[in-house]
Amino acid sequence: MQLATVIGTLVASTKYPGLEGVKLLIVQPLDRAQQPQGEPVVAADATAQAGPGELVFIIASREAAVALPETFVPVDHAIVGIVDEVDPAA
Amino acid sequence: MYIGQVSGTVVATIKHRVFDGHKLLLVERLDLEGSATPRYDIAVDTVQAGIGDRVLVLDEGNSARQVLKVEPWGPVRCVIVGIIVLAMYLPIFSLAGNIRAD
Repeated sequence: MQLATVIGTLVASTKYPGLEGVKLLIVQPLDRAQQPQGEPVVAADATAQAGPGELVFIIASREAAVALPETFVPVDHAIVGIVDEVDPAA
Repeated sequence: MYIGQVSGTVVATIKHRVFDGHKLLLVERLDLEGSATPRYDIAVDTVQAGIGDRVLVLDEGNSARQVLKVEPWGPVRCVIVGIIVLAMYLPIFSLAGNIRAD
């Protein structure tokens, strides 16, 4: 899992079966010092409570596909937690 | 599995239920010389590791689920499964170029 910051939302009208009702957010992965690292990605929000500007942690690959209530949907990044604090702060 | 060093803790109130009751730690990957690399993970702690500890990190989903007893599956992949006391390697083997820290 990596740290990421939510930088936007995404709405899709037509989605693969199983993705209905899943909130999609645009996130920027961060490095250890919480600086942007790599390209932004679209992640499914498994917490259902994240919003733009928040520091979250994301999981990638196969494990992302089991983070949502309906499992094995076509998802490759999922937000699995909203960070309150990183200690020591970067 | 790889060798890492715990560099911090991550606190989250809102998180997937598989992480309930577990401590999340920031782990930097180390190379064979013990230097930090840019790669890091947020890992679930199972061995009461602390900041500064060198640890053994499991980075595979199926094993992680078994260690944490997440049934039948869950979004977890990185788990700290040991605190390293001593790690030794023979540098001559790395000349072959196929031994890596991960």
